[in-house]
Amino acid sequence: MTVLDSKVPEGPIEKKWTKHKNEINLVNPANKRNIDIIVVGTGLAGGSSAATLAELGYNVKTFCFQDSPRRAHSIAAQGGINASKNYQGDGDSDYRLFYDTVKGGDYRSREGNVYRLAEVSSNIIDQCVAQGVPFAREYGGLLDNRSFGGVLVSRTFYAKGQTGQQLLLGAYSAMNRQINRGKIQSFNRHEMMDLVLVDGKARGIIARDLVTGEIERHSAHAVVLASGGYGNVFYLSTNAMGSNVMAAWRAHKKGAFFANPCFTQIHPTCIPVSGDLQSKLTLMSESLRNDGRIWVPKHIKDAEAIREGKLKPTELSEEDRDYYLERRYPAFGNLVPRDVASRAAKERCDEGYGVNRTGQAVYLDFKAAIERYGKEKAFTSGHKNPGEEEIIKLGEEVVESKYGNLFEMYEKITDQNPYKTPMMIFPAVHYTMGGLWVDYNLMTTIPGCYATGEANFSDHGANRLGASALMQGLADGYFVLPYTIGDYLADDIRTGRISTDTEEFEKAEKEVKERVQKLFDAKGKNPVDYYHKKLGKIMWDKCGMSRNGKDLKEALEEIKELRDDFWANVRVTGKQGTKNAELEKAGRVADFLELGELFAKDALERNESCGGHFREEYQTEDGEALRDDENYRFVSAWEYVGNPRDAKLHKEELIFENIELKTRSYK
Amino acid sequence: MKLNLKIWRQEDAQDKGGFQKYTVDGIDGDMSFLEMLDVLNNTLVEEGVDPIEFDHDCREGICGSCSLQINGEPHGPDRRVTTCQLHMRKFKDGDDIVIEPFRATAFPVIKDLVIDRSAFDRIQHAGGYISVNTSGNTQDANSIPIEKDNADDSFYAATCIGCGACVAACKNASAMLFTAAKVSQFALLPQGEVEAHERVLSMVDQMDKEGFGNCTNTGACEIECPKGISLENIARMNREYLGASFSG
Repeated sequence: MTVLDSKVPEGPIEKKWTKHKNEINLVNPANKRNIDIIVVGTGLAGGSSAATLAELGYNVKTFCFQDSPRRAHSIAAQGGINASKNYQGDGDSDYRLFYDTVKGGDYRSREGNVYRLAEVSSNIIDQCVAQGVPFAREYGGLLDNRSFGGVLVSRTFYAKGQTGQQLLLGAYSAMNRQINRGKIQSFNRHEMMDLVLVDGKARGIIARDLVTGEIERHSAHAVVLASGGYGNVFYLSTNAMGSNVMAAWRAHKKGAFFANPCFTQIHPTCIPVSGDLQSKLTLMSESLRNDGRIWVPKHIKDAEAIREGKLKPTELSEEDRDYYLERRYPAFGNLVPRDVASRAAKERCDEGYGVNRTGQAVYLDFKAAIERYGKEKAFTSGHKNPGEEEIIKLGEEVVESKYGNLFEMYEKITDQNPYKTPMMIFPAVHYTMGGLWVDYNLMTTIPGCYATGEANFSDHGANRLGASALMQGLADGYFVLPYTIGDYLADDIRTGRISTDTEEFEKAEKEVKERVQKLFDAKGKNPVDYYHKKLGKIMWDKCGMSRNGKDLKEALEEIKELRDDFWANVRVTGKQGTKNAELEKAGRVADFLELGELFAKDALERNESCGGHFREEYQTEDGEALRDDENYRFVSAWEYVGNPRDAKLHKEELIFENIELKTRSYK
Repeated sequence: MKLNLKIWRQEDAQDKGGFQKYTVDGIDGDMSFLEMLDVLNNTLVEEGVDPIEFDHDCREGICGSCSLQINGEPHGPDRRVTTCQLHMRKFKDGDDIVIEPFRATAFPVIKDLVIDRSAFDRIQHAGGYISVNTSGNTQDANSIPIEKDNADDSFYAATCIGCGACVAACKNASAMLFTAAKVSQFALLPQGEVEAHERVLSMVDQMDKEGFGNCTNTGACEIECPKGISLENIARMNREYLGASFSG
């Protein structure tokens, strides 16, 4: 084991980033023209990196598996993006955003990185508005804000329930401008199959053209991985069907350490699973918890009657309802952080209070909000004594204007009208805080290989707060990486173009081709989905919302067995030299089958509960997470040495100089 | 429920292609249309037959990857949804369903139901942006107040997901609604005004080069648009274009 150096600059926290920017090496504009950079992934982190790097003068190549960069899964983010603008005058500041994020992450993130994130958050909003991102506005023409979980201020900027879409289209438009100038070459429908190292440095990738099947070599002076998270290791998640870990895992196998793989976010408000053949889960934005109240019946008999269809939720009186978040956490109520809300829902359902057919759902109710808004609206429009019907009508209009698209989506999926009956929701896998280990410059342990956005690990600790993923993706891409990468590339100004006609590229390409052939050669009987579903079940049952040592040990064995079975009995149809979705899936699932094992090992070795990582053995009397700062105040960074379970642990000790370590409390 | 499917199969862009018949059983009303195709595909794989290729990704109606002409309508019979959000409860046991790719010269078929919509990307390369560098020194976001109605209209135009249903719905395969949505988003904001003339001319020019047809105001695009993008955007684009052409 070695101790990792995060390279966080010395000095007071609010000066670190400015000092660092002043001290690192720069590449002059003329030399930037001679330097190539590959960006894998075109979501918020990748799209914004690519556009900014190209503006600065570098030659950029982007890669995405979708048919257009605009379709990366950042597009599906709903609720909003945080920034410490303090437009609401409610006492917000960079420090508060920093503090909330570190506390929300249960003190397992790196102070220096998080402060920088808070510091550049305001620039993001300015930049996006300048690009033409149509954020929600008030009647006075200024930007509107709302609140998200785990904080006591309103700092979230939004565009209805489609904030991710609008921000991604902003980054994509910035990319388009550079594509039009010839500074970005965009390779769509391409998948990164491997990372190529030359003399220990990342110098290119092997990619598969998903239309022609051709295996291609691409070289560059640096490679940026902005390929997102690995939530699909659970099969069912809110991630897109194509979201995968291949780029990050290939880099891991080539020497990039993988940090905190077990830190996964289970989002409390998703539409519950409806059947065995379901392919994905849909999120209902956390913003709904601004106005929705979460409850289950107070009495088991009512929960049973509801499950059997004999009782409707609207028939249950206030005193027969248990608003369990408001009861357990009076200070934050329905706006506790995601990990806390998810576990509380699971606890109620495990006790038998679940409200759908399977008993795996709780209510999210807007009746009180509709009445409150209806009264307010009637009052401001001059009706000082409005009737019940008018209140409901006006209230529904207000709720529609705030969350219309989410309510519509809910109704399309469930065939129920959420204005008239409470929504049913249940936690689902949503985001992965773990990822490739990076230093303060966002460089992985492979020189010249960078990781940004969800693909890295650094900013969210053991639990991410709502509206912080968009913030991090854009902070990394617009304001951090484009500067820090210069420090490394300054040594490359005389290197010249990297040739792909070398032994290293030859070998990497050969390995990729052999691997693809091996998938076809199994010629077994089971479709890829069969394995993916089985893996997902192991992960959810044994490495999910709560974990214990016994289950995790079993998971390690079961995943290995499943992986062996996969390589012996998977059936991949079709050919290599054509569009082949089964082959694409097979490659991705093969990597999930390795990552899953490392995930279980990481969870097993972290003998504490923190944030989204809840070990049943380590909890307080009232069921809250019990952290062990004495023994586990570190980042687990795993080095690949052969089998995932044999990975070697390296530690980065987490130093808290600006925030006092405390038991996280939202009561 | 059990369904009789007629699905377009085409090996690649050169292949002529044709319909194949399939039946699927055990389909539940809560399943999405794409999950129904997953069931069919897994059966085909087990039989050793190449499964049907179709584009899809987020499966929550926002990425714009999924397409499909279902019984003659883009994204199927339901209104204001993409195919991934079309649920099987809209069909009944024994139904015949015809599934084809979106048809347009500018959207060549790649394989089966997968089409090439890169023409849309190229229209946006031509001018779908505001020329502002990332600097961290732009104006404060609140320095230019924007009338709420304009901000809202800009947002509604910007909710276009670029799926191509408007083109598939149009008898002329016109891309006016798509292009107009992009032009409008920027034209409605003070930040976008500076380059408005050049933008509309470049984007319309590129649209024409891609081989999309002309607009004859049938309004089919608006009806089939899964995001309800309004025809008003086309009117706005025409005004912008005219203004830009005169001012040169």
